[in-house]
Amino acid sequence: MNLGYRITAKELLAPGIFRLMVEAPRVAAKAQPGHFVIIRTQEGGERVPLTIVSAQDGQVELIIQVMGKTTAELATYQVGQEITTLLGPLGVAPQAPAGPGIMLCVAGGVGAAPILPRAIDLHQKGWQIWTILGARNADLLILEERLAAISDRMWICTDDGSKGHKGFVTDLIPEAAQAGIIREVLAIGPTPMMAAVCKVTKALQLPTTVSLNALMIDGTGMCGACRVQVGSETKFTCIDGPEFDGHLVDFAGLSQRLRQYLTEEKQAHQKFAEEGGNCQCGIE
Amino acid sequence: MRDRVKIPKISVEQRRTSFEEVAQSLDLAAAQAEAERCLHCKHRPCVAGCPVGVPIPEFLSELKAGNVEQAAKLVLEKNALPAVCGRVCPQESQCEGVCVRGIKGEPIAIGALERFVAEYRSPDTGQTKPTLTGPKVAVIGSGPAGLSAAADLAKAGLQVTLFETLHAAGGVLRYGIPEFRLPKRILEEEIAYIQALGVDIQLDTLVGKTISLDDLRQEGYRAFFIATGAGLPSFLGIPGENYNGVFSANEYLTRVNLMQAYQFPEYDTPVKVGKRVAVLGAGNVAMDAARTALRLGAEEVRIVYRRSRAEMPARAEEIENAEEEGVLFDLLVAPLEIVGKDGWVTGLKLQRMTLGEPGPDGRCRPIPVVGSEYLLEVDTVIVAIGQSPNPVLFSTIPGLQVAAKGNVVVDANGRTNIVDVWAGGDAATGAATVIKAMGAGREAAAAIIRSLNEEA
Ligand SMILES: Cc1cc2nc3c(=O)[nH]c(=O)nc-3n(C[C@H](O)[C@H](O)[C@H](O)COP(=O)(O)OP(=O)(O)OC[C@H]3O[C@@H](n4cnc5c(N)ncnc54)[C@H](O)[C@@H]3O)c2cc1C
Ligand SMILES: Cc1cc2nc3c(=O)[nH]c(=O)nc-3n(C[C@H](O)[C@H](O)[C@H](O)COP(=O)(O)OP(=O)(O)OC[C@H]3O[C@@H](n4cnc5c(N)ncnc54)[C@H](O)[C@@H]3O)c2cc1C
Ligand code: SF4
Ligand code: SF4
Ligand code: FES
Repeated sequence: MNLGYRITAKELLAPGIFRLMVEAPRVAAKAQPGHFVIIRTQEGGERVPLTIVSAQDGQVELIIQVMGKTTAELATYQVGQEITTLLGPLGVAPQAPAGPGIMLCVAGGVGAAPILPRAIDLHQKGWQIWTILGARNADLLILEERLAAISDRMWICTDDGSKGHKGFVTDLIPEAAQAGIIREVLAIGPTPMMAAVCKVTKALQLPTTVSLNALMIDGTGMCGACRVQVGSETKFTCIDGPEFDGHLVDFAGLSQRLRQYLTEEKQAHQKFAEEGGNCQCGIE
Repeated sequence: MRDRVKIPKISVEQRRTSFEEVAQSLDLAAAQAEAERCLHCKHRPCVAGCPVGVPIPEFLSELKAGNVEQAAKLVLEKNALPAVCGRVCPQESQCEGVCVRGIKGEPIAIGALERFVAEYRSPDTGQTKPTLTGPKVAVIGSGPAGLSAAADLAKAGLQVTLFETLHAAGGVLRYGIPEFRLPKRILEEEIAYIQALGVDIQLDTLVGKTISLDDLRQEGYRAFFIATGAGLPSFLGIPGENYNGVFSANEYLTRVNLMQAYQFPEYDTPVKVGKRVAVLGAGNVAMDAARTALRLGAEEVRIVYRRSRAEMPARAEEIENAEEEGVLFDLLVAPLEIVGKDGWVTGLKLQRMTLGEPGPDGRCRPIPVVGSEYLLEVDTVIVAIGQSPNPVLFSTIPGLQVAAKGNVVVDANGRTNIVDVWAGGDAATGAATVIKAMGAGREAAAAIIRSLNEEA
């Protein structure tokens, strides 16, 4: 009845961040920049959303940061192994407006992964891409080369100053805005980062799109777990998003909802670790 | 005259702590005795009361005579999911509601007997594996509508593929209706039966996204049956609905049923049980959510409903079960606001209602009582006020006619305005019942078969 989805390549990009190529011909054929998938590693596993970074030759590229049980378990999977569920492509693939213009792409941490396909698409549609890429430290910067290849300008920052500017991505936005006329901003990263970016860009009156990472189950509009307040409306991240107007998103509410299962998530991860689950992902 | 058979149930204590099925099977002697009460009415009102026309007096005769296999065969000709329907049909408003025996006494326990023959039969009864060589047909959605359509299409020799977006088949029967009412084992047996007929089930496929109708046409599919259900949960639109601790019933039930959260952390998906739980609504969905919360260990669970008991849309048996298990009923009250603290729900602001004149749907309209607002302290709110059809697929079919309420428009044969596309079940009617969805599946299958024959 059900096929598994075979892993064809695996690469460690940074401590706790790895890249997989997974065979899924139908999904790959339909994937557009901005789409995501929902995977389950095995029977009994949780359904977890991940962005499609690229798709070719019947395979999808996923870049995953180890956060909890499922991502840690996925990190133990080797080339040739199969995951049991891969559903997609999900979400609304935004119709990027035609350039020209400067699009400021602000990526934090593993947010570089979802921003890459969007930046490539915008670049192909005639936009100038200016990129701010940030991470906690130099080791955790990912996709720098692939982003540089399509960026007209690029800023790097790290929290500890081990590479580029010492500080947060938000520090660099005013500088970028000084350097040219930015038409729009695309910001993807941890929720607090996106909230902070939106605060800055609102003051600068720069239209800003963000990609939300709400908790999800089905990914098809059936459960409402992924709902988020956008302006005066409640939206379902999986079918109305994941991209929204960042100046309308209720980030405080979203952060609250992301913390809903904190205790249980810790419990599951701990159990996995105690049972000898070693994700070999380079952390710890 | 003998009384209606008593359906054996497990004890209330057991029910409050386990997901074991509440209503147990009859034994052969009890089933035969109950079948004997049938009057074999010439005009067969019970059959007319069944949306799929199960030949009730005929199967009861076979059962009475001890020919259970033959009884099962008769039922299966009309109903591909008898073990499911025997359990979840609102019999009191269908077959049993019009049973002549019910006029002076109690109707025949048709549901329980249907379930009995379905389970008693050997698994391959009624199974003739046809060779599937006819044209390719795609059925979209594996709920009762899709499953029964797929079964009929395969029996007619068509090559049927059933596409389902979730990682397991069954639709609401899988993710909505809990184990204590419909054990997954029963569902799995019925799905295995349908697969044995030659139906190919492809999971993880969101038609419209993973693959479009045009792609499928290219792959040689000649007809489509949309059976995507009404899965989109409605919220009330009152303040506070996005607090943590507020769930749609779909989310709560999906976590528990599809993802098996009641076995967390053996299974990875958790659920917040809550201590004081309020379920908004009084349909089957609400009863299932309330009884699930109790079993997960909630201390106090209440149904909050704005009309009175008589208007509650749930199956009578489930309301009774819920009450026995200790679910409280706060009737004639409507929620105004969900209040919270630090992002978590802490209470419900409610208002009392009285009943006015019947509205267009025949049910009495609730009227707010001014000044009757009060606060109910709860830590969990489950919203079970209805679902509408999911628009994801519809929006990818150019020109498909969809009504204002979100359901696909179909003609008397279940055909949409697109010539090779049929639709049925909750996707076409809005949230209804398992057996109505199955009936629609069967009718559409028949219409598809006729249409493909004409073309041939
Ligand atoms: C549309 C979408 C696209 C995504 N794309 C990617 C991607 O390309 N790469 C990637 O590494 N991650 C991505 N995520 C986030 C990823 O889904 C979560 O990190 C993952 O679900 C964590 O699962 P877990 O079992 O390992 O951890 P859990 O035990 O479930 O969670 C561990 C910690 O992560 C937090 N968390 C849980 N779920 C999420 C979530 N959905 N978003 C953010 N934090 C969460 C929890 O609050 C907790 O602190 C995406 C999320 C969405 C909604
Ligand atoms: C909790 C609950 C309890 C209920 N209790 C009862 C009861 O006791 N008795 C009763 O008679 N009725 C009951 N009902 C109602 C009954 O379950 C539904 O009326 C019935 O299931 C509708 O059947 P369906 O086949 O139309 O759709 P569904 O059962 O909803 O199945 C639709 C399927 O299609 C899938 N799908 C959706 N979109 C796509 C797509 N684009 N591609 C592929 N797959 C897709 C969905 O994932 C789903 O699996 C209950 C409903 C709920 C939610
Ligand atoms: S399918 Fe439902 S309505 Fe028909 S006979 Fe069986 S229980 Fe009654
Ligand atoms: S109406 Fe009742 S008594 Fe009459 S045939 Fe049907 S089941 Fe038997
Ligand atoms: S994940 Fe269930 S509705 Fe979005």
